[in-house]
Amino acid sequence: MGAIETQVTWQYVCKVTEIPVLGARVIERSSEQGGNVAVFRNDRDVVFALLDKCPHKGGPLSQGIVFGERVACPLHNWTIELKSGEAVAPDVGCAKRFPIRVDANDVYIQM
Amino acid sequence: MSTPVKQKLVVVGNGMAGIRAVEELLKIAPDKYDITVFGAEPHPNYNRILLSPVLAGEQTIKDIVLNDWDWYSDNGIKLVTGKQIVDIHRTRREVKTDDGDVVTYDRLLLATGSNPFILPIEGKALPGVISYRDIADTEAMIDAAKRYKKAVVIGGGLLGLEAANGLKLRGMDVTVVHVMPWLMERQLDERAGKLLQQSLEAKGIEFRMQANTEALIAGESGRVAALRFKGGESIPAELVVMAVGIRPNAALAEKAGLQVSARPGGIIVNDTMQTLTDPRIYAVGECVNHRGTAYGLVAPLFEMAKVCANHLAEYGIGRYTGSVTSTKLKVTGVDLFSAGNFQGGEGTEDIVLSDPMGGVYKRLVIKDDKLIGACLYGDTVDGSWYFKLLREGKNVAEIRDQLMFGESNIGDVGHEGNTKAVSMKDSDEVCGCNGVCKGAITKAIKEKGLFTLDEVKKHTKAASSCGSCTGLVEQLLMFTAGGDYSATPKMKPMCACTDHTHQDARDAIKAQKLLSVPDVMKYLEWRTPNGCSSCRPALNYYLLSTWPKEYIDDPQSRYINERAHANIQKDGTFSVIPRMWGGETTADELRRIANAVDKYKIPTVKVTGGQRIDLLGVKKEDLPAVWADIGMPSGHAYAKALRTVKTCVGSEWCRFGTQDSTQMGKDLERAMWRMYAPHKVKFAVSGCPRNCAEAGIKDVGVIGVDSGWELYVAGNGGIKTEVAQFFVKVKTSDEVLEYTGAFMQLYREEGWYLERTVHYVSRVGLDYVKSKVIADAANRKALWERLQFALDGEPDPWFDFDKARVDTRQFIPIKQITNTAADAVAAE
Repeated sequence: MGAIETQVTWQYVCKVTEIPVLGARVIERSSEQGGNVAVFRNDRDVVFALLDKCPHKGGPLSQGIVFGERVACPLHNWTIELKSGEAVAPDVGCAKRFPIRVDANDVYIQM
Repeated sequence: MSTPVKQKLVVVGNGMAGIRAVEELLKIAPDKYDITVFGAEPHPNYNRILLSPVLAGEQTIKDIVLNDWDWYSDNGIKLVTGKQIVDIHRTRREVKTDDGDVVTYDRLLLATGSNPFILPIEGKALPGVISYRDIADTEAMIDAAKRYKKAVVIGGGLLGLEAANGLKLRGMDVTVVHVMPWLMERQLDERAGKLLQQSLEAKGIEFRMQANTEALIAGESGRVAALRFKGGESIPAELVVMAVGIRPNAALAEKAGLQVSARPGGIIVNDTMQTLTDPRIYAVGECVNHRGTAYGLVAPLFEMAKVCANHLAEYGIGRYTGSVTSTKLKVTGVDLFSAGNFQGGEGTEDIVLSDPMGGVYKRLVIKDDKLIGACLYGDTVDGSWYFKLLREGKNVAEIRDQLMFGESNIGDVGHEGNTKAVSMKDSDEVCGCNGVCKGAITKAIKEKGLFTLDEVKKHTKAASSCGSCTGLVEQLLMFTAGGDYSATPKMKPMCACTDHTHQDARDAIKAQKLLSVPDVMKYLEWRTPNGCSSCRPALNYYLLSTWPKEYIDDPQSRYINERAHANIQKDGTFSVIPRMWGGETTADELRRIANAVDKYKIPTVKVTGGQRIDLLGVKKEDLPAVWADIGMPSGHAYAKALRTVKTCVGSEWCRFGTQDSTQMGKDLERAMWRMYAPHKVKFAVSGCPRNCAEAGIKDVGVIGVDSGWELYVAGNGGIKTEVAQFFVKVKTSDEVLEYTGAFMQLYREEGWYLERTVHYVSRVGLDYVKSKVIADAANRKALWERLQFALDGEPDPWFDFDKARVDTRQFIPIKQITNTAADAVAAE
């Protein structure tokens, strides 16, 4: 791989504890910047980040119910895998995912 | 870490039941087994039920394939077709094929299906004599129809009649020979059987009833040429189809020393689909005998397959407890449905509708106030509803007078009042909520091989929102996938996370004094770590309603609307509806609302049907400020809770008014607001029987009369308009509060989550509710007190954030990326 691509920028987001357990918070970005990003935390303190836009009709995934490693979109109940952003079958679609790194209690994102 | 060695699963039988079990297994444990499937037929798995439409020329073999060859290779399954397993060596765990190959297994699944029963008569093996079981038989019939003219079908059951119909459509002269006095005697009573015979005669099929076949006679070519009855008479027969029944194919199992039933036949299995003799060997499908019954319909087979897969995956959950089945004849133009015990017997009573000229006959069999059987001919629209009543064992005493006319499970709105799915065009909309038309549903059923309502819901979204088109979708399933579409009689589990029902969860929470969602899941052995978006809100409500003041509400187990205390809209903004007691407001309130609309640039202001004002398009971050500025209580328009109390102006102004309905409405609203319930709750109070507040379609409707108040309950103005039923007449407004509160508390304590009052009352019966609330005064007072106890000190979530456990962090972004910040990052 070329050396140019290895340059990675991690941005600080928040403390893990600032995200509700089995819940989400929102990183606000304008639509020119690609729109909001949802940062999820499950009950084992694993943190995930997806574009806050359901592949179905654009519902804000950050507002959905989180369970296991999935979130249910609040608009029409599509279920999205938090790890991959993929819709659970038989629905088909994918929400863009963002790499997350957790250092101790600190959450970093690559956008 | 080394990868664990996969176990070997060998499946004997490449039919619907065996492959369904494999499919279920792949869904939950795709990497557990190396799978080998043996199939005697040289075809991949196909839908055997649809052979009749193939014979009739309505579909092709290609249409009915369920899993094509690629499916097997894509899933790493080794498929061996055209070979039979002739031996099982249980101690060595080996199976042997007819050409001598030996394959070992860790687990063995027998799905050998059934064999057609061949009458032991002279000439049974002649060329031109066939049974009707598989693709080869179907192709032989299609071929014979091209070359011969005279066909005889022995057997006037489901299969025989479908064969006769197909052969007739292919141009043959067909005679059906039946030993019994009427057709399909196992599915129809005499009158329906006779009606069926008439309509098939009108299609040109001939019948010889109560006729015993003695021999089949060969012609000069050696092929069958005639059929001789006992008594000596003969009829010409160039093709003879024997369709006199099937027998479970248990020969292989019997040879291997597995316990097999003598009658009705079949490999004996337990509730986990393991053979009684050898727990390493499973059996599913038509070859099985479960609790003394051998099934020949598809829904039970699929239930078995699911349970079997769960055990093969070592999930250790799920039991098969038997099925009630229904039958539908796949002869185009003949509408026929039967289920349960339609013949009646001791202690049963019949309700019968008979219109021979119109070609309609319906018989409902009732025992102990429950529907136990139904036989419908000519008009089967309500078949799925009757079948549901029958499976659920619901008490029908109260609806007995309307039972015969059908409830129409089909709903009133959203699909132009269509009740017959067959007569709809492919472009007609079936599901008005999700915009799914008939063509899309039938296409999905065919292409994806769907068999159950749940599968259709998942794949097409039809019937998955309001559910009013469920009946239509079930009909489409019947016509498209064939056979029966329904599940076992057991109560439905809450969701895929558990096998427990809503009632199980309620009972456990109460009996075990469970006080948190994780505790309930642990106690009831939930399969998933923290449930799903369907069960968690339900459990949270059950805990809240069972243990008020003790249970600590879990906002993360609530739907977003109840977490943000506003209604999410399609663009992610929210709507705000403040409470206006009894629909009355003031200039001051309106000014504050107007100011907030300007200040927060709220795009739409709408008057609701419930006499309130809806502010639409509020940004989430503005919600707390909008609430504070308006300074009115939460209208709970977003919650499963008391919403509006609609009133007319009443005696204070109206020249007809007999009672002060506005004040009554305000009192009811003040007494019961903040009340969470299984679903939303709406009241209305009218001051006279002109009923301007439309009290007849509310959960509780109160109508003032000169001598007091009449209470109506369990109305609904939504998907399906339900008129509220008269409940009680009382004298004073205090009594209105007490009776209403008691009814509400009963519903709150016993209703299942997302069950409206109309569904709750129809489940438990209005008489039951009356016995608890009207007849038993002490219980009524106790219920009313419990409701007041639960509501006492409940916070207004728009103002008392801490007490209402509103997580205010949700209104603030965790991080804001401004353009300059983004530029800086890009430059880094």
